[in-house]
Amino acid sequence: MEDKRYTRREFIRTASFTALAGLSVPLLSSCSREEAEDFLQKNFREMTAEEKKQMIAKLEQRYLKKYGKEFQISTQEALPNTLWGYGLDLSRCIGCRRCVYACVKENNNSRNKRQSHWIRVLRLKRGNLTKLDESEHYYNPSLVPEEGFTYMPVQCQQCENPPCVKVCPVHATWKEPDGLVVVDYNWCIGCRYCMAACPYKGRVFNWGEPTIPKDEVNSSVHYLGNRPRMKSAVDKCTFCIQRVREGRYPACVEACPTGTRKFGNLLDPNSEIRYIIDNKRTFRLKEDLNTEPKFYYFFEA
Amino acid sequence: MKRLTKAILVGTILLGIYFMSFAKGAEEEFPVAPPPMPEGSFPCSNCHASLEVNRKKRELKEEHTQIKLRHAENLRWCLDCHNSNNRDKLRLYNGELISFTASYRLCGECHGTVYRDWKAGIHGKRTGYFSGGKRTYYLCVNCHNPHDPKFKPIKPEPPPLRPLE
Repeated sequence: MEDKRYTRREFIRTASFTALAGLSVPLLSSCSREEAEDFLQKNFREMTAEEKKQMIAKLEQRYLKKYGKEFQISTQEALPNTLWGYGLDLSRCIGCRRCVYACVKENNNSRNKRQSHWIRVLRLKRGNLTKLDESEHYYNPSLVPEEGFTYMPVQCQQCENPPCVKVCPVHATWKEPDGLVVVDYNWCIGCRYCMAACPYKGRVFNWGEPTIPKDEVNSSVHYLGNRPRMKSAVDKCTFCIQRVREGRYPACVEACPTGTRKFGNLLDPNSEIRYIIDNKRTFRLKEDLNTEPKFYYFFEA
Repeated sequence: MKRLTKAILVGTILLGIYFMSFAKGAEEEFPVAPPPMPEGSFPCSNCHASLEVNRKKRELKEEHTQIKLRHAENLRWCLDCHNSNNRDKLRLYNGELISFTASYRLCGECHGTVYRDWKAGIHGKRTGYFSGGKRTYYLCVNCHNPHDPKFKPIKPEPPPLRPLE
C-alpha cells in the first residue's frame, strides 16, 4: 500500500502553474486590448490565410489612425522561379549617398534625430579595397568623388546561407523562397543576436519609437518589408520586397545618379545581373565566411 | 546547267535580302527617356531652317554661347554630329539621319564597348518596372552632356551621426 501524497515534483509543478496563471492575468489585463492582441499574434509563417487577412485589416486601421493615410499592406508571396540578385559597380559609385536617403524614404525608416539607415557607404583609399577595417563612413567633403578614394555601399547582402537567421532564438527572421531575408517585426523580441551575427552590419535596431513625418509616409507597403515598425524591432534591407515582387526596381537603383546599382533575377539568363556575372569581374563581400551573398560588386572594365 | 546557275543566283540574292532585313531588325528600339534639351530649343529647324549653313569651325558668339565643347574638340565640330540640312536630326558616319531619341547609336559609333553594356542595361540607368510594366532607359545624354561628357562632382548627402553625437 502506498501513501497517496504529493511528491516534491508535483508540488513544484502545481505551484508554478498557479503562479504563472496568477501573473499572466494582471499582465494581460494591465495592457490595452490592442497590445494584448499583438502579444498573442502568431508568427507570420504559421498564420492561415484568414488570420493574415484579419491581421492586415487591423494593421491598416491602426496605420490610418496614426498617419491619416489609407495603407495597402501586401502579403504577396515570392514569385515562382525567382532568386533576386544585386549588382554594384565599384568603378562608378561616387559616394553621394543619394541611395541612403531614397531608401529611408521608401522604407518608412525612422526620421528621429538619428535616422535609421539600411545602406552604409564606405570610403576606402584607392587600392585598399580589402582593408575594410580602415574604411570610413562619416566622410563629408564638399564634393564627391574625391581624388584617390573608392566608395563601397554596403547593405544587407541577402545571403543564401544567412548567419543572422541561424542565431535568431525565436525564428522571427527567415529566408524567403526568392532569396530575400525578412523579419516578422511583431515576432521579433529585440535581442539583437542577428545584429551581432551579421558580418556586414546589415541590420538596424529601433532603439526608440520610430518617427515618420505624416506627409512623407509611404503607404504602399509589404508586411515583411517597409511597413512602419515599432520600438525594439530589428529591421533591414529587403531589396524593397514591396517593389521587386511587383517587377519594379528597388528605390536605391532608381535613385542612383550614376547608374551604379543593378538588379535582376539570378535564375533568368537574360537578366541584367546574369550579364554582369557572365561578363564582368565580380566579387562578393567576405566570401571566405561561406555566407553566399547575392550581392555582387563588379568593375566596369 | 544555265537554269541551275540562275537558280543559285536568285537564291543568293534572296538570302542576301533575308540577312539584310535581319541586320536592320537588330537595331532595336528602346523605351528611352526624353533627351535633355534647353527649353524652347527644339525643333532646331525653327531657327536653322532660315539660316545659311556655315561649315567653318569658329567660336559661336551670338547663339549657343553656353556650349563649351570639351569632347575631342580638336577633331570635331558641330556638323560632325548635327546634320547640316535638317537640324532636327543627328547624323551617323554612314550618312544615316537619326532622331535625337536614338542618339545612343551616334555615341556608340565611338564608344562601342560602353554601347554594348548600355544595351544590356549595365552601363547607364533604367527605372520603372523590369518586368510587366512601364520602364525607362536613360539616354547617354541624360547623364553625360554630349558637348562636355565628363561626369561633374556633386555635393554628397549628409553622413550618419556618430555614436556620441
